[in-house]
Amino acid sequence: MAKHNTPLLDELESGPWPSFVSDIKQEADVRAKNEKGIDFQIPSEACDDLLGLLELSYKDGTTHWKHGGIVGVFGYGGGIIGRYSDKPKEFPAVAAFHTIRVSQPGAKYYTTEFLRQLMDLWQLRGSGLTNMHGSTGDIVLLGTTTPQLEEIFYTLTHDMDQDLGGSGSNLRTPADCIGQSRCEYACYDTQEICYFLTMMYQDELHRPAFPYKFKFKFDGCPNCCVASIARSDLSFIGTWRDQIGIDQAEVAKYIDGTNPANAGAHKGRDWGAFDLDAEVLNLCPTECMKYEDGKLTINDKECTRCMHCINVMPKALKIGKQRGVSLLAGAKAPIVDGAQMGSLIVPFLEIDQTMNKQLADFESEEEWMEYLEEKYAGVVEVIESIWDYWMEEGKNRERLGELMIRQGLQKLLEKIGMEPQAVHVDHPRTNPYIFWKEDEVPGGWDRDINEYRKHHAR
Amino acid sequence: MALEKEEAKVVIVDNLTKKLKTKSKFYLKDFYAFFPGEKPRAVKNIVNALVKDEVLEYWSSGSTTMIGLKGMGKQANAEGEGEE
Ligand code: HEM
Ligand code: HEM
Ligand code: SF4
Ligand code: SF4
Repeated sequence: MAKHNTPLLDELESGPWPSFVSDIKQEADVRAKNEKGIDFQIPSEACDDLLGLLELSYKDGTTHWKHGGIVGVFGYGGGIIGRYSDKPKEFPAVAAFHTIRVSQPGAKYYTTEFLRQLMDLWQLRGSGLTNMHGSTGDIVLLGTTTPQLEEIFYTLTHDMDQDLGGSGSNLRTPADCIGQSRCEYACYDTQEICYFLTMMYQDELHRPAFPYKFKFKFDGCPNCCVASIARSDLSFIGTWRDQIGIDQAEVAKYIDGTNPANAGAHKGRDWGAFDLDAEVLNLCPTECMKYEDGKLTINDKECTRCMHCINVMPKALKIGKQRGVSLLAGAKAPIVDGAQMGSLIVPFLEIDQTMNKQLADFESEEEWMEYLEEKYAGVVEVIESIWDYWMEEGKNRERLGELMIRQGLQKLLEKIGMEPQAVHVDHPRTNPYIFWKEDEVPGGWDRDINEYRKHHAR
Repeated sequence: MALEKEEAKVVIVDNLTKKLKTKSKFYLKDFYAFFPGEKPRAVKNIVNALVKDEVLEYWSSGSTTMIGLKGMGKQANAEGEGEE
């Protein structure tokens, strides 16, 4: 029997979609029956009281959670988000209901064993409720008390080899697409660089360093499966500098219908015969493709690497061979100045395709790390010059994207030592004045006052 | 000039204690102001080291971190959780 009546929440279960209310009720039920005989370390009625508190919030039209707190595990400034209810007497089982962010494995590859271990831990020491995954990518464990935090941290780090994620004014848990592990579009090893930068910046991840949060995300190609362009302060998008590879024989097979378009992804409906003009050539955003005399050509100089043609005809078209990343900065959610996509700052940073040694090729993880430091030196340089700039100039709670609006893209380019170029230009100038810098003006700003007074009376 | 931890600690504790009447939590950036001319990263490292030494402590909203003298401001026990 439910502990609280929740007529308003019950409404949320009536729609066509799965409801989180049903999920919480299910876990409340599991805890009430406790068939596994778990020695619950937080009140067993946590899920019931959570439902009761939420029902009250709907009734009152206001939240009953307070925001924030001094909770954490020793030595870490992030990963735990303190939450206290302002109705502790009425709903004692959720008086303290802290959130824990746990770093997700690279590209979210799980074993069922890991997931079972995680749930065993969380049903024992928390509410049993999770959010897989938070928008940063983390495994989010919802609801536990302060005394459980160190215990959970111990089990995660010692028995499961898993760390807490980032929260607060930290580097947030970096996230990556599956990349070269399964995807032929990947222009670089997203999982390698994601792991490398996570290890390299442990301090920034766990100990507050910045004016506000900072996110990295890694997409192997412009398809942007982890949406780095919209969701990270610094977005890494795989790209290539040379030409799209074209296999004319395979192109012909798409045209005659032997090859299924989009690798068969949309074949659930009859779209009619494949139409190269309508489905590919006319949809190329830069109109740089031609099909003449049975031959497909691409003017690669104009191609923006949108991926459309490759997605439609993956057997015929291949990403180029000279590969690397584009870096975009400043994406963020709407809170201040509105939502923003990343702005291109570094058009192409080549990643050496021949440097492909793995951990197993080295004596120790340290040696592998040194190798990766060399491999990604260009990336590290950009990251650290951006951080220096933002830590110096950023106001409290100012995201990098807001600082870029306030001071202009030009300032950021200057700080990372990047010459402005046509791809950085968003629109024609709106400011008619040109502000020269001293080193751009012959003779600089200094003048000899005595020389000046010779010709100009006071 | 390298920032020396013990000296920096005195400056930080002094400054925070003076301001205790009005606030108990500060942004990392407020600490930079105590050390004009010092690199933000150097100040950050000292602040984090002082948290480790339990002189300072973090407060987090989830999206922002603030830092205060340990034990000042609202604590877990004041939230009714009771210190273990
Ligand atoms: C290289 C030298 C000079 C520069 C760069 C300069 C620049 C300017 C600028 C930018 C304005 C504002 C224009 C606006 O926004 O409407 C202005 C206004 C003005 N300047 Fe100059 N100026 C110069 C020399 C002079 C000299 C030598 C005089 C007088 C002897 C003068 C008298 C004025 C006056 C009276 C205005 C106000 C005009 C109005 O509001 O209608 N300027 N000047
Ligand atoms: C009027 C009520 C609330 C307001 C105005 C509010 C506002 C915010 C804001 C502005 C953020 C930062 C978001 C970002 O930049 O990513 C945030 C984050 C967060 N809030 Fe709230 N919040 C409210 C209620 C709550 C409640 C009731 C809870 C939990 C019980 C909660 C839990 C969190 C968590 C866990 C985060 C971090 C989320 C993440 O970054 O993934 N908040 N909140
Ligand atoms: S972003 Fe590109 S490389 Fe990564 S999984 Fe998606 S399609 Fe593949
Ligand atoms: S990747 Fe996009 S822009 Fe480039 S040729 Fe193909 S459709 Fe055109």
